[in-house]
Amino acid sequence: MAAPTRLCHVWVGAETGALKGVNLQRKEATNHVGGSGLSRGRGVSALTWGDPAQTELLVGSLDRSVSVFSTEKGKFTGERLCPGGDGAFCGLGVLGSSIVTAVESGLVRVWGEHEAEEPLQELTAGPGLCRMRQDPTRPHLVGTGGKENGLKVWDLQRPQEPLFRAKNVRNDWLDLRVPVWERDLQFLPGSQRVVTCTGHGQVRLYDPSTPQRRPVLDAAVGEAPLTALALIPGDTSVVVGSARGDVAVIDLRKGRVLRALKGFAGGVRGLQCHPRLPLVASVGLDRFLRVHQLRDGRLRDKVYLKSRLTCVLLSTHLDWEAQEEPPPQKEVKDEEGDELWDALESVPTPRKAKKRKISGV
Amino acid sequence: MKTSSGIENLISYGPVPGDGAGPPAPERVLFPPTFSVSEIKNKQRRHFMFLRWKQQQRKEKLALKKKRRKEREALGDKAPPKAVPKTIENQRVYDETTVDPNDEEVAFDEATDEFAPYFNRQTVPKILITTSDRPRGRTVRFCEQLATVIPNSHVYYRRGLALKRIIPQCIARDFTDLIVINEDRKIPNGLVLSHLPDGPTAHFRMSSVRLRKEIKRKGKEPTEHVPEVILNNFTTRLGHSIGRMFAALFPHNPQFIGRQVATFHNQRDYIFFRFHRYIFKSEKKVGIQELGPRFTLKLRSLQKGTFDSKFGEYEWIHKRREMDRSRRKFHL
Repeated sequence: MAAPTRLCHVWVGAETGALKGVNLQRKEATNHVGGSGLSRGRGVSALTWGDPAQTELLVGSLDRSVSVFSTEKGKFTGERLCPGGDGAFCGLGVLGSSIVTAVESGLVRVWGEHEAEEPLQELTAGPGLCRMRQDPTRPHLVGTGGKENGLKVWDLQRPQEPLFRAKNVRNDWLDLRVPVWERDLQFLPGSQRVVTCTGHGQVRLYDPSTPQRRPVLDAAVGEAPLTALALIPGDTSVVVGSARGDVAVIDLRKGRVLRALKGFAGGVRGLQCHPRLPLVASVGLDRFLRVHQLRDGRLRDKVYLKSRLTCVLLSTHLDWEAQEEPPPQKEVKDEEGDELWDALESVPTPRKAKKRKISGV
Repeated sequence: MKTSSGIENLISYGPVPGDGAGPPAPERVLFPPTFSVSEIKNKQRRHFMFLRWKQQQRKEKLALKKKRRKEREALGDKAPPKAVPKTIENQRVYDETTVDPNDEEVAFDEATDEFAPYFNRQTVPKILITTSDRPRGRTVRFCEQLATVIPNSHVYYRRGLALKRIIPQCIARDFTDLIVINEDRKIPNGLVLSHLPDGPTAHFRMSSVRLRKEIKRKGKEPTEHVPEVILNNFTTRLGHSIGRMFAALFPHNPQFIGRQVATFHNQRDYIFFRFHRYIFKSEKKVGIQELGPRFTLKLRSLQKGTFDSKFGEYEWIHKRREMDRSRRKFHL
């Protein structure tokens, strides 16, 4: 019997096209794309909530289709094709009732309700795009970044010029240009600041409200490319994951590594922190979903999910702490037994005598 | 000897003469119950007492064994079966990534991975074997022998060329796999196996390399026949990927006339490669002759995509401090 989709704490997308809902209390994962629906051409490349109430999921696949999955009904309710540009989706967003998509060739489009229509808005963010994200507090702002494509913050209502275009850092100590490769970015909710992680192992913080276009903070974290970034509620630290499976919590005030999370065997593709609980969920190429506790770095849950995983999404409206009720049938049987046990006299249990070890010849 | 007689005195007569007044010595000495052999300060006496204790333990153990054997013989047919001794392979921690043959999602994942063109018979393996720069004698001979073992393989001298430049040229010339033997101080110690169009790259540590002349009781040179391939004990998902990588090196149709077989045997995360020629002496008896080089591999990392150690994404890396905590946990 499939676990009811309402109780899925984490939603994970895989390269084979599978969309899995994972119930962490029962450590069960249900695959919502059946055997015939699995296909490499429909691998999941982007995953986002379709509405603020978290009842609909938007799944972006490699064949440029965006499917809508309803968590209430437990099945796919709609699908639309979003053509244009080359490459897979590198970002999905929702603006009112329209969908914002970005592809790797740099084309960012806003699509209306009906499928056959032309896109409502379109902007080109430059080639080699790796990530597009929406500002959660101001949904008409999107940020884009990619390989040799610095951070740009766009207003979807004025697609001609970006609001903020980042400048590269100064030349390094050999006077060589530092290459740019923004792999992931997040908007910090308190202010206008944007934090990015690069493919050269750097974490950068930009502040569009200041006249400085160079990053305010540029911290080097290891040598491996950083592939995923997640914000920790509290605004002072972020979690980054690398292509080698090194996940670290970075402090944004100084740029230092606060804690490393262990247990990863392969590259990390997706990270997300829970907004209220100190938990971070991560998925990667080693086919596992892991949930760590941020306070002590302990691994809380580890679920094997059979295919290489690309995207993760937490269901934050659910009550994670609630214990599941035991199934009602068991209680009925226990009542009869309880009467029997109550009728018996209670005998005090003898204290176990301590065994003394006698050492000697 | 003076000392030993002193010890005998200690044992038979209780308190050492010279201690002063004491009760008359009993036949057997009674030590206080918390006495232990390690409390004797004198090394020689302590050693003697310890040896005596050990002999006593051994006697008790033998007696117990004899008793058990007698009981077993007395019971005859009704005796309980002999207990199986614990080995590390027996006690292996169950790996949750062990492939279940009935699982359709894992089967789909395997059927559509980077080796699908080979297993669907759409490509024919063509291997390029090379080494690290400036190889010395043993490595060169090893590469030549490896080339005779793997059909349709070509050895090229590495003239200091970068692998990232070699790979596009190999793809253009229809090579399906690239093997790079790494050398350190004149012995081969590493192997990088990269499946070519866009396939995974496995990095192994190689040890116990034996060339043909170092193998005792070897047969004649391997012939040009396509050998059979045996892959043993690759149970987990990672093991399956590596097993498929090795299988993709050899063409599909083994020529049984040649009676040659290449074996990749995985035990405790070490992969043993052997190359044999077999002959059936009767229906049940087989004779084998070892030909060809032999080596042992241990997987260090599996990277998605062709060789790119700096910017590539890793599917599995061996992290010693985290993964080697338990002696009974294996990953392949």
